[in-house]
Amino acid sequence: MTTTLQKEVKLKMKLNKKFNKFHLISWLVPILLLVTWQLLSLWGILSERILPAPTEVFQAGVALLGTGELIDYIGISAQRAFIGFLIGGIIGFVLGLLNGLSSIAETLFDTSLQMLRNIPHLALIPLVILWFGIDEEAKIFLVALGVLFPIYLNTFHGVKSVDKGLIEAARVYGLSGFSLFWNVLLPAAFPSILVGIRFSLGIMWVTLIVAETISANSGIGYMAMNAREFMRMDIVVLSILLYALLGKISDVAAKIIEKRCLKWHPSYQ
Amino acid sequence: MKNGNSLELQGVRKDFGEFEVLKGMDLTFKKGEFVAIVGKSGCGKSTLLRLVAGLEKPTGGQILVNGKPLNGLNKSSRTMFQDGRLFPWKKILQNIGVGLKGDWKSNAMELLEQVGLADRANDWPSVLSGGQKQRVALARALVNQPDILLLDEPLGALDALTRIGMQRLIEELWRKRDFTALLVTHDVEEAVMLADRVILIEEGKVVMNKEINLPRPRKKDSIQYSSLAAQILDRVMQVEGKMEKKAIHA
Repeated sequence: MTTTLQKEVKLKMKLNKKFNKFHLISWLVPILLLVTWQLLSLWGILSERILPAPTEVFQAGVALLGTGELIDYIGISAQRAFIGFLIGGIIGFVLGLLNGLSSIAETLFDTSLQMLRNIPHLALIPLVILWFGIDEEAKIFLVALGVLFPIYLNTFHGVKSVDKGLIEAARVYGLSGFSLFWNVLLPAAFPSILVGIRFSLGIMWVTLIVAETISANSGIGYMAMNAREFMRMDIVVLSILLYALLGKISDVAAKIIEKRCLKWHPSYQ
Repeated sequence: MKNGNSLELQGVRKDFGEFEVLKGMDLTFKKGEFVAIVGKSGCGKSTLLRLVAGLEKPTGGQILVNGKPLNGLNKSSRTMFQDGRLFPWKKILQNIGVGLKGDWKSNAMELLEQVGLADRANDWPSVLSGGQKQRVALARALVNQPDILLLDEPLGALDALTRIGMQRLIEELWRKRDFTALLVTHDVEEAVMLADRVILIEEGKVVMNKEINLPRPRKKDSIQYSSLAAQILDRVMQVEGKMEKKAIHA
């Protein structure tokens, strides 16, 4: 039995190495695209009015970095994203737990939440501008609203689908109340909750981009809109690339959390 | 130690809606006794175990645990389930320590040693085989030194060889630790192998209550063993024959 187990372990290690190689290869396509883009610009095939060369975008980035504007804008955008995510995430999580655990709460809130969920939250932008103007609250409100539902749905689903046999076993072994929640319900629902988190991270950036582009006086979206007025193509492209980078960073962060917290799960071993 | 009753069932009934699962049961279990409950699937044997564990409430009658009526979960019993029900997000040692307070780790390690898995204390349940998982489940059920161990077809999902090893382990631990054991099984040979007494349930009623006075450890090739097993199996088949006749008449 041990020999088959050892074999399995070896096989897994091999697969891991392969995975790491694949990991490097996965960056091949973006790099290739960048090089092609640069060459096309150099040869004049790609007009500067359509897309400035990557080197120009890079130079614009360095210049903005020098004035400190870039850091300020990234900081303010990240802050909005984070605060909005935190508020919406906590509300969605709590509602998901509540409705998942109590059938009274479910009958009371679920219908309303399902109706609200079907309103595209970006459709509220005119209303939100009327309520909050173009201040911070408007952006944070929209992000929170967008993030809330994926986390609510997945938490709810996660809590609902916990194996009843495990809950029963936990009760037999003396767990109840908070210890039952902490030792059984939460870990069992966690894979599902993490799916919700990853999903809502995407929504978080999309919401912020739209909100900042339409109404803001700082942040990456504002930087892009401002640059458009002065025909600074390089800065517009820089902002777009920054969003791509920030999105990728948050996805990697979520993946790391997933790997750490779900070590027990057969699909992460 | 071995005097007095650990468990008493007085006219215990259980209905699910209109369906009568248990129709009035009077049973006593002595302290330290090993009792096997056999019967066809659907005869109510698992329901009986769930009632004793306090997971279900009887519709009528009462259950006495150490002389006191049972109300809610039976705290002096532990259940070992057929599917083990280990918590996949807890390492083996943590699984055994579920619900324990104070300094439980040395206790848990001792039991893990007794089931032969001390070297797996820091593994996740998902890397263990079915038999190993059941051994962990057994250790978890015993770590709290329960007065009563309830075994709900714990070996049902294991292959024949692993089964024999598990039967020996259960017997060994029972002799060492001196608890009352209730084993629900559909395997008559397993019942005769392990139990002091075999109870046969048919359609929610006790139809046989037989002492097994064979010396331990029991050998499968002894004549008394095979004749007892055959006798009980005959009785089970008779029950089945009766039911078939009933079905034909109906």
